[in-house]
Amino acid sequence: MQRQVALIKQSLFDQGYLDEQFMELEELQDDANPNFVEEVSALYFKDSARLINNIDQALERGTFDFNRLDSYMHQFKGSSTSIGASKVKAECTTFREYCRAGNAEGCLRTFQQLKKEHSTLRKKLEHYFQLARQAGPKETARRPK
Amino acid sequence: MAEVLRPEMLDISNDTSSLASPELLHVLAVDDSMVDRKFIERLLRVSSCKVTVVDSATRALQYLGLDGENSSVGFEDLKINLIMTDYSMPGMTGYELLKKIKESSAFREIPVVIMSSENILPRIDRCLEEGAEDFLLKPVKLADVKRLRDSLMKAEERAFKNIMHKRELEANDIYSQLKRAKI
Repeated sequence: MQRQVALIKQSLFDQGYLDEQFMELEELQDDANPNFVEEVSALYFKDSARLINNIDQALERGTFDFNRLDSYMHQFKGSSTSIGASKVKAECTTFREYCRAGNAEGCLRTFQQLKKEHSTLRKKLEHYFQLARQAGPKETARRPK
Repeated sequence: MAEVLRPEMLDISNDTSSLASPELLHVLAVDDSMVDRKFIERLLRVSSCKVTVVDSATRALQYLGLDGENSSVGFEDLKINLIMTDYSMPGMTGYELLKKIKESSAFREIPVVIMSSENILPRIDRCLEEGAEDFLLKPVKLADVKRLRDSLMKAEERAFKNIMHKRELEANDIYSQLKRAKI
């Protein structure tokens, strides 16, 4: 079970869903705070759902206020960076480039991709945390070798 | 040395309330991002710091009593050793907060560290020129926080030792005067 958890985590890194920042978060866990990473993750998905909603509404208006969109994306990129959500962060960067270029089509396309990556990551992390809790708290607090 | 009179008996000020115990550096962290607030709070707690986290520069000023709503009465016991603030925040930026703190006679000595996800040299220069202690790129590393804490603790220790040394000299001085008076 614990080996399975370790393998899942390793594949998340290998496939580029997560980067070293996620490991930094794990380093901050201890016996007194064994669920820190899961808590941060929950906060991230709550916060990013709000941002996705705001961006959806802004895009639906069709007026393309690139400054506002860029501002939302700056926040999104920030929190994605803090949790180590590597692919989501990359989509945020691309989106911002399209904003700066005033490319509405590019923004729309990238946003669809971003939502996909975001949703995939959420499912994978939910699965990972669920297994990790079943496997036992000690194993999740260690860095993958 | 064994005959040095105790400071309390000599009516020398024994007020240590302005000195933080080295293990309890109190940090005020300011960030509008929920995720980053949780992260920085954890980094600081892991580094054995007492943490107060607020979500805006305005709230930081309120906490410090600098918002003009409150007088400084009641804030004399507030001991903050370090302020860490995000740069990009809606409303008042971290840079504007830095300026307000440096303008305040009560808090200008407190080191202020700016955190930013963007590595923009003119921004960094501007902050350092305004008196920022340091500029950290996000995501902040545990090593950064420990380094800050260590350098602050050294400064506090030096200040503490200076005061204790001064007291010793004062106590010695008074003791010698008393001794001479008896003769």
